[in-house]
Amino acid sequence: MTEVDSTRLVYSGDGPDHGDMAVRARRSGVWFYAETVLRGMRAFALPILLYAVAQPVLYLVALGVGLGELVDRGTGPVGGVDYLVFVAPALLVSTVVMSVSAEMTFPVMSGFKWNRLYYGPVASPLEPSQIALGHFTAVMLRFLLQGLVFWLVMLAFGAAPAGWVQSVLVVPIGMLAAAAFGAPLQAYAATLDDGFQFSLIQRFVVMPMFLFSGTFFPLAAMPPYLHWIGWISPVWHGTELARWASYGADLSWGMTALHLTFLLGCTAVGIWFSVRTYTRRLRS
Amino acid sequence: MPGVISARGLRKTYGDVAAVDGIDFEVEAGESFGLLGPNGAGKSTTMRMIGGTLDRTGGELEVLGMDPGSERPQVRAHLGVVPQQDNLDEELRVRENLVMYGRYFGMSRSVLAAKADELLAFAQLEAKAREKVVNLSGGMKRRLTIARGLVNEPRILLLDEPTTGLDPQARHVLWDRLFRLKETGTTLVVTTHFMDEAEQLCDRLIVVDHGRIMAQGSPGQLIREHSTREVLELRFGSARNAAVVQQLKGVGERNEVLPDRILVYARDGEAALEEVAARGLHPVTSLVRRSSLEDVFLRLTGRSLID
Amino acid sequence: MSATTTGAARGTRRRGIPSLSSLSSGNLGSVLERNMRVIRNQNWVILVSGFFEPVLYLLAMGLGMGALVGSVTGPGGRPVEYAAYIAPALLATSAMNGAIYDSTWNVFFKLRLSKLYQSMLQTSLGPLDVALGEILMALFRGLLYALGFLGVIAVLGLVTSWWALLMVPAAVLIAFGFAALGMGVTSYLTTFQQMDLINFVLLPMFLFSATLYPIGVYPEWIQWLIMGMPLWHGVELMRQLSVGHFDGLTWVHSLYFVGMTVLGLALTTLRLRKLFLR
Ligand SMILES: Nc1ncnc2c1ncn2[C@@H]1O[C@H](COP(=O)(O)OP(=O)(O)OP(=O)(O)O)[C@@H](O)[C@H]1O
Ligand SMILES: [Mg+2]
Repeated sequence: MTEVDSTRLVYSGDGPDHGDMAVRARRSGVWFYAETVLRGMRAFALPILLYAVAQPVLYLVALGVGLGELVDRGTGPVGGVDYLVFVAPALLVSTVVMSVSAEMTFPVMSGFKWNRLYYGPVASPLEPSQIALGHFTAVMLRFLLQGLVFWLVMLAFGAAPAGWVQSVLVVPIGMLAAAAFGAPLQAYAATLDDGFQFSLIQRFVVMPMFLFSGTFFPLAAMPPYLHWIGWISPVWHGTELARWASYGADLSWGMTALHLTFLLGCTAVGIWFSVRTYTRRLRS
Repeated sequence: MPGVISARGLRKTYGDVAAVDGIDFEVEAGESFGLLGPNGAGKSTTMRMIGGTLDRTGGELEVLGMDPGSERPQVRAHLGVVPQQDNLDEELRVRENLVMYGRYFGMSRSVLAAKADELLAFAQLEAKAREKVVNLSGGMKRRLTIARGLVNEPRILLLDEPTTGLDPQARHVLWDRLFRLKETGTTLVVTTHFMDEAEQLCDRLIVVDHGRIMAQGSPGQLIREHSTREVLELRFGSARNAAVVQQLKGVGERNEVLPDRILVYARDGEAALEEVAARGLHPVTSLVRRSSLEDVFLRLTGRSLID
Repeated sequence: MSATTTGAARGTRRRGIPSLSSLSSGNLGSVLERNMRVIRNQNWVILVSGFFEPVLYLLAMGLGMGALVGSVTGPGGRPVEYAAYIAPALLATSAMNGAIYDSTWNVFFKLRLSKLYQSMLQTSLGPLDVALGEILMALFRGLLYALGFLGVIAVLGLVTSWWALLMVPAAVLIAFGFAALGMGVTSYLTTFQQMDLINFVLLPMFLFSATLYPIGVYPEWIQWLIMGMPLWHGVELMRQLSVGHFDGLTWVHSLYFVGMTVLGLALTTLRLRKLFLR
């Protein structure tokens, strides 16, 4: 047995000052917790990276090129561009939103329930609100990477004709769409006691959002009684912005403002609710 | 010396249930203070209110002169917390758990690098530094949780049933180390179900049941006040105990029937045993021992400590 | 006492191929009963919701994409509406997805986390009973969904031949093949990260197996690659049945799944034996 010098473990007055600790945690606690989540993701680094690269390549080859061939033979160009160009920015937005629906469900659940990951840090100077925001921030950083990779793949396929200065905006737009869906989802997941609702969300919210939000065809190609799905879907609002960024699709200032307001609004409301639910739940 | 923790009329209710029902106590700097009580007594609830992770329903509570209900981060910065249920970060490795926990306190990586090694030694987990937490045994996780609670060099260490799940050797090592922490000035607040642990570790303790304080004092004091010097344990076989107790009236100061035995509280146990034999009763087994906290506990709560 | 028993045991081990009685107790019924109870206790919304996935795909792609694509060349060179072209493919895909989910994630949880199989194999049950019980359950669910989906496409007027009724048993066969193989593969996986890899196989298979467009757009060597994949056979089989067009390939597609089922069952049984009955 090693001898342990217990005087080095106790408060001696010349170690770190507890008042300072509280101040630092208040200032940067969100980042402290975000770092933990990112380190946790490291166990999944390989799948995450593979996904980030393989997903855009597969989707663009299959849907942009394969399905695109059928469309070109059918109606011809969609929205004035090749089908590949039309569908690429929408796929970027859709795939990050699908990823956020995984990141903000089971991991949140295991924070409160299975692994009780959140309960360690709440006993430190971190506040529940910082844990909520830290988790959210880490997930957004993951999408920064995923979005960048997707954008590079788009460039390689020649699927972003607007030039890279404008088309790189698809990355923050994708993150914003992910935030607009992820923040409310995080708040909702934080209220649950078991995970069975998640497969329902997957099937009745995420899936329809992927299919009916103007990803594969313009909203106008659907019967009007289905258009509302697009209007309440972060995917559609994000996709419209991303299409402007990647190939200069028509977008009025009014609509731009509307899309941005919707996405930012959903994000803000979601964050507000998750801070509230995290605070209540971690303190009861 | 001023109290580092003081509670007055502290209450916590969940709906109709009063988990903590108006308790008063004072913990002094550098002492080791125990909370003793059966399951559901309100010990963990009290600990979490002190730790600033649970809102109280009523009463006053001060930790180092601050209110853990409003100055939460400041209070928590001074505390080390070992919760009843381990909540290690299973997505991180053993050493990372210590480092990241220190990061939550805003400690620098260079300080933490050295700190983590010291704590691994403290927890006897040097060999497991790079292991995944899921691969640790139950007792190893417990030791890691305890080490993690020390990462910020806390003034006060809150230990909720610290030795549950530890093997006897690890318990003794831990007691020894906690004792040294106390010697060097750390205040300890401990809950436990184990009598020997309370006697070993606590300078002073309160016995709680149903959210109320039943008694308080040092272990010796409590035994003197609430029990006799010795106890005679008699076993007549489960079926006969209840019947026989009628015939034991007047032997010793007080009797207690448990499902498996009868306890006779007496100043002199051997004398009591002779008296039993004189009455023509022949127990299957008999034992004379010194009174312990367990007896105090039975007396106060009518329940065995570990139920 | 047991010179003879150990000798016999050593004998079987040396022979390598275990006898049927060491794999099955003939008490498959009890495993099925347990699984039916689980379904009954399960939230019915989850059961029903599995049915919606292919329907939503059909509505979106049929309605929306159909407007962009028009009609496509179907089996036997006849032109078909785009919705009618993808409907059988979606049924094949959903049979695959359902079977894979039941035989991978579901099995993984029971194998590694809940230790259900371990407790089952402590009784007189054999590994084949456990494996078949699990797989038949996946098929039962697959059957329900296939019936539902067939009803939906009939209502939408996308069914033109009575042969389309055969799509239901075909869906069960496809599910059987995927479930048997999926369970065998899952028995090798030990971590969640490895489980994620299953998606890496499924996603491209869905995207490239002639589900949403004919594979003729790709170079020949890619086409050959695709034609080696099970889902392509499932999709093509379904498509032929949907219009009642049969040729030699119909047999190839069907036998592919029969072979996959046999292989998968053998693998799963041997693996369960190895994992639990050493
Ligand atoms: N979140 C909660 N909601 C409702 N009731 C609770 C909650 N937490 C604790 N209680 C109740 O409060 C009472 C005290 O619980 P507490 O956990 O403080 O007991 P304890 O003394 O630590 O017991 P143990 O020895 O079993 O750890 C119990 O009756 C318990 O059921
Ligand atoms: Mg407790």
